[in-house]
Amino acid sequence: MTDTAHEARHIPDRLDSPLRGAVFSWPTLLLIVGVVLFIVNSLASPYFLSPWSLSDATFNFTEKAIIALAMALLIISGEIDLSVASIIALASTAMGVALQFGVGVPGLVTIGILTGLLCGFFNGFLVTGLGLPSIVVTIGTMSFFRGISYIVLGDQAFKGYPAGFDYFGQGYVWWVVSFEFALFLIFALLYYVLLHHTNFGRQVFTIGNNPVAARFSGVRVERVKFILFCLTGLMSGIAAVLLTSRLASTRPSIAVGWELEVVTMVVLGGVSILGGSGTIQGVVIAAFIMGLVTFGLGLLNVPGIVMSIFIGALLICVIALPIIWSRTRRRAAR
Amino acid sequence: MKTVIRSREFWLAVIVTVMVVATNLRAPGFAAPGKLAGIFNDTAMLMILALGQMSVILTRSIDLSMASNLALTGMIVALINAAFPGIPIPALMLFACLCGLALGAFNGILIWLLNIPAIVVTLGTLTIYRGIIFLIAGGQWVNADKLSPAFVQYTRIEFLGLPALSWYAIVVAVAFFILMTRTSLGRAIYAVGVNPTASVYAGIDVGRTKFATFLISGLLSGFCGYLWVSRYVIGSVEVAKGYELTIIAACVIGGISISGGVGTVAGALLGALFLGVINSALPVINVSPFWQMAISGAAIILAVVLNARGEKRGSRLILREAEATS
Repeated sequence: MTDTAHEARHIPDRLDSPLRGAVFSWPTLLLIVGVVLFIVNSLASPYFLSPWSLSDATFNFTEKAIIALAMALLIISGEIDLSVASIIALASTAMGVALQFGVGVPGLVTIGILTGLLCGFFNGFLVTGLGLPSIVVTIGTMSFFRGISYIVLGDQAFKGYPAGFDYFGQGYVWWVVSFEFALFLIFALLYYVLLHHTNFGRQVFTIGNNPVAARFSGVRVERVKFILFCLTGLMSGIAAVLLTSRLASTRPSIAVGWELEVVTMVVLGGVSILGGSGTIQGVVIAAFIMGLVTFGLGLLNVPGIVMSIFIGALLICVIALPIIWSRTRRRAAR
Repeated sequence: MKTVIRSREFWLAVIVTVMVVATNLRAPGFAAPGKLAGIFNDTAMLMILALGQMSVILTRSIDLSMASNLALTGMIVALINAAFPGIPIPALMLFACLCGLALGAFNGILIWLLNIPAIVVTLGTLTIYRGIIFLIAGGQWVNADKLSPAFVQYTRIEFLGLPALSWYAIVVAVAFFILMTRTSLGRAIYAVGVNPTASVYAGIDVGRTKFATFLISGLLSGFCGYLWVSRYVIGSVEVAKGYELTIIAACVIGGISISGGVGTVAGALLGALFLGVINSALPVINVSPFWQMAISGAAIILAVVLNARGEKRGSRLILREAEATS
């Protein structure tokens, strides 16, 4: 990131008690917001509180949330990837092309995921190999990847995915639990362990807090960042498989604008856009909140574009309010 | 002379010229003066917007909300014109500028007073401003038959052989050149981008300078809001969707460094012209317009790689972040 909006880092004289820390933490606050939204939604619409409609509600955020997990790690390390939605378009196009050559279901999935990984590899190489700022690089690859989809497809669409391919985006594992949703839960657990309980996770935080200190402490900064870009590409590839399967078609305009929604999800989840802090729990809860808001407003017949006002305002408010709050508190403490 | 030849702007100008000449070989008549003036006119708005974005990027910020600001202001003036055709157009243009200024000020206040990173604020207002268009217009379009003839004419009147739209871009470019090279605000903008800490010691208010750049980008977005609706005779939610990235692309191609402090007015103008020439050349040489997106993406990546080459001085700067703290 190129911003200089660092607040001076204060080192407290004594730490808050763990209980107080848990109660006032960002995920807890988010959880309260989520529960309130849930209650408001179920009061506002009688159709909200049924297992099947709640299950439907999960479809409109799981693919984005799957990318958001990897994006969270990337943003914590101080980088960003704005090309994720275009990676979906390119991976989906690659699957469509493979389909024309009669590739079967396992082959299609492999090609989708590998394309995503390759795109992440490319981003990672440009950022860490050549030392370029990630925000500009990924704005460039954002048009580049989707541009390739447009060259291949023009105003056409790939359709006619084989039977069995629809399972990934439309199938159910057990009762109302969709395959997508189950996959998301498994990934959330994996990323939680990766970020909060492994060496690698600690290195990600270290890099985000102070890349120089990280380098002097023997952390291979460039390599970790490179892996994170590959991971984000990989997750985008997986999301591409799910989304293509759900829509059963590929257009070059698939998933337009998702990059901003994914970033919003991550920032809403309490990940600092300047890097160095954040939790997977927060991101998961933020994903649910965005799903609830979109679905609840949808049940009340609010058009999608108006929902985007809510999401935008939510993004600014959740960042502005804690700043205003801590300032008034600091002023009151004097 | 040597510095001119070594400058990025010189080479960019050479590349743009070569592109025009090469296209002219494939499709004779492409480089005719009338045709070139047409390309310039088509690129006028992108130039104005790129200049606004440049002032923001120079201070190490970014304004992702410019296209939404443009679309919202365009819709507001279109609705006013449809409801009160009697209001003189210059007054409407001034109102568009003020409207854009207010939207830019909202971004600027959050960034200045609350210290929220510009990318987050403008990411939020990007969706908010565009959502408001839907609310105020009720999902309707404003079409040609609702706009007054004068509203449409004010970008088309010819003066010395060039349409008014081109003259607006020329006036803004000259004003910007004076602002960036001859005023203390221009100096402050560069200083904040090169070294915020040193700027503070030099008595420059970093936050207020950033705020000023968001006022500039907002004002120009608002002005282009009128120009866009007048030029394309349409006001809708979809106006200029995704254009924020084209604006940034023009800046990056023009050699404006995303890490601040590096970039010139000529660079921004040439970056915009580069994209404009590509847009006009592709159909002429029978390349499908679907290639345009990938080409501009590749151009951005290439430009960043080349910029980094130019800025690299032997070793890598590893203390860049630490310098920005304090």
